[in-house]
Amino acid sequence: MSQIQTLSGRAVPLIGNDIDTDRIIPARFLKCVTFDGLGAQVFADDRDQMQGQHPFDQSQYQGATVLVANRNFGCGSSREHAPQAISKWGIRAIVSESFAEIFFGNCVAMGIPCVTADPAVVTELQQRIAANPQVSVTVDLEAMQVRVNDFVAPVQMGAGPRSMFLSGTWDACGQLVAQADRIRQTAANLPYVSWSQAAS
Amino acid sequence: MSKGTLFDKVWDLHTVNTLPSGQTQLFIGLHLIHEVTSPQAFSMLRDRGLKVLFPDRTIATVDHIVPTISQTRPFVDPMAEEMMQELEKNCKENNIRFYNIGSGGQGIVHVIAPEQGLTQPGMTIACGDSHTSTHGAFGAIAFGIGTSQVRDVLASQTLALAKLNVRKIEVNGTLPTGVYAKDVILHIIRTLGVTGGVGYAYEFAGTTFEQMSMEERMTVCNMAIEGGARCGYVNPDRVTYDYLKDRNFAPKGPEWDRAIDWWNSLRSNADAQYDDIVVFDAADIPPTVTWGITPGQGIGVNQTVPTPEELSDQDRALAQEAYSYMNLQPGQPIQGTAIDVCFIGSCTNGRISDLREAAKIAKGRFVAEGIKAFVVPGSEQVKQQAEAEGLNEIFEAAGFEWREPGCSMCLAMNPDKLVGNQISASSSNRNFKGRQGSASGRTLLMSPAMVAAAAITGQVTDVRALL
Ligand code: SF4
Repeated sequence: MSQIQTLSGRAVPLIGNDIDTDRIIPARFLKCVTFDGLGAQVFADDRDQMQGQHPFDQSQYQGATVLVANRNFGCGSSREHAPQAISKWGIRAIVSESFAEIFFGNCVAMGIPCVTADPAVVTELQQRIAANPQVSVTVDLEAMQVRVNDFVAPVQMGAGPRSMFLSGTWDACGQLVAQADRIRQTAANLPYVSWSQAAS
Repeated sequence: MSKGTLFDKVWDLHTVNTLPSGQTQLFIGLHLIHEVTSPQAFSMLRDRGLKVLFPDRTIATVDHIVPTISQTRPFVDPMAEEMMQELEKNCKENNIRFYNIGSGGQGIVHVIAPEQGLTQPGMTIACGDSHTSTHGAFGAIAFGIGTSQVRDVLASQTLALAKLNVRKIEVNGTLPTGVYAKDVILHIIRTLGVTGGVGYAYEFAGTTFEQMSMEERMTVCNMAIEGGARCGYVNPDRVTYDYLKDRNFAPKGPEWDRAIDWWNSLRSNADAQYDDIVVFDAADIPPTVTWGITPGQGIGVNQTVPTPEELSDQDRALAQEAYSYMNLQPGQPIQGTAIDVCFIGSCTNGRISDLREAAKIAKGRFVAEGIKAFVVPGSEQVKQQAEAEGLNEIFEAAGFEWREPGCSMCLAMNPDKLVGNQISASSSNRNFKGRQGSASGRTLLMSPAMVAAAAITGQVTDVRALL
């Protein structure tokens, strides 16, 4: 597994609070048994309504790898299809004022760092990117900074997830599975684990 | 940090390990899966050559994609059929108990687990679905997860998690007539905001919750997630135990008595420490309706859509977006808003007591002309019980359609959808843009009785006028 310390690339600003996962990927696209086709369907209804003017359609933002969003990004349904769709479109890091918890957890498990910044910083970033879509934005998890040219601002991320990215252990599955003995021990101490065997 | 709460006790009992990142490796006592968020998790497991570690601690059902008119296989929609077959295959290959259609136990995942007695106090419960918070009604710590985490639970029966803070939300007093559990939670979310609960577990305490039935408590905990709280719970008590007794998976005989002792020991201590406490008075809660595009945009049914001046700077931009999407004017009374579709169902309000309350309003009355109204029981058991009580006949005589169980128009992954910019009165939990199957469809959330009232009058109506 790979360590994730710094990500740089062109960015796409997405303005608006409380953008929920139903908007990121409408439910009809969840009728699938793989995540493969989701990149084309990300924000399908919003893009349809904005007729080419949605940032994910605008030519200047094609190829962007950093998403800059506002408050409570990814709220609502737990569907991992949402970060999967964003990632399949090309995004590798997200900066936002705040994230919904399940969305954040999904992103960690997928290796997409999500950092938060003050509203003023987010707005400044969004304005700079809109003014110069070619500019490169750097998300630095070691320095906990976001940088665009001479603009440098602090970003935040919980210590746990941060260390998982830095050490390359964001995919917890292997670590969890390795504890099989302890897991069995914990289970054996829980009274209900043996009761439920009694079910018909 | 909180201390001595049920959340702390259950967390500690389920802690397997502290990971190098500082996160807790938490044992998951019950894992619920359904057709939408599990197929990719099983693929990931296969890709890594991993097996399901505790197959008997995972339970499956099918709910999101099932049609509610005819459930004959193969489904008309080939994609829905494919998902169904994938789930059947995964359950079979991995020895997972599956409540399939026609088993008598199928239904919305958050309705069937309590029915079977699978959901119990003191458990940790996870499911690839955000409304897993529902199960907290029993004094369980239950939360929604994404697909990669479904994989983790399948492979290890554990999750890597950071501990939450605990906020006690106390509501005291008797609810006024015509005010239901749904109004209580809509009122709490409206007050604390849709992000108020981020980083918190909500403990619902106080005499109002103590007086509630298990089904009402489930309605409240179900929507904790809409307030940003990943889980919500009520301390277990006599009401909890009476509900659980003799259910399929409930402990029996001498184990039952030992269980009660254990459950009682998990209740939050009288001197427990909380990270935050908020207190409400039941008498202040009106029948509540949402007018906007988040569950936090709610108002009393006799109130008017808030004007930008009444709102904080933070909420104003979203309100502007909501006025135009919902086609509602600031200052306009919500009562009297004409409705197109009425939906009674979902894991929030698709249980037998919800249908009984709605039937009381529907009885002897008729659905207004031009309104499409339908009732979707939350499970096969709910449907059977409702039919035994004749509720289906009351609904049908009034002009409601009576359907087969499933999630239906809560998220519209099946054929039940809004069309164009139709507006629905809905007993479900989300009023997001496009949530009910049309990109311009509009949703007003309210209690099932209020939905029935809207169906009868064709407009948003204070249910108290029909009681
Ligand atoms: S009824 Fe709605 S909220 Fe509940 S599980 Fe189904 S889709 Fe999700």
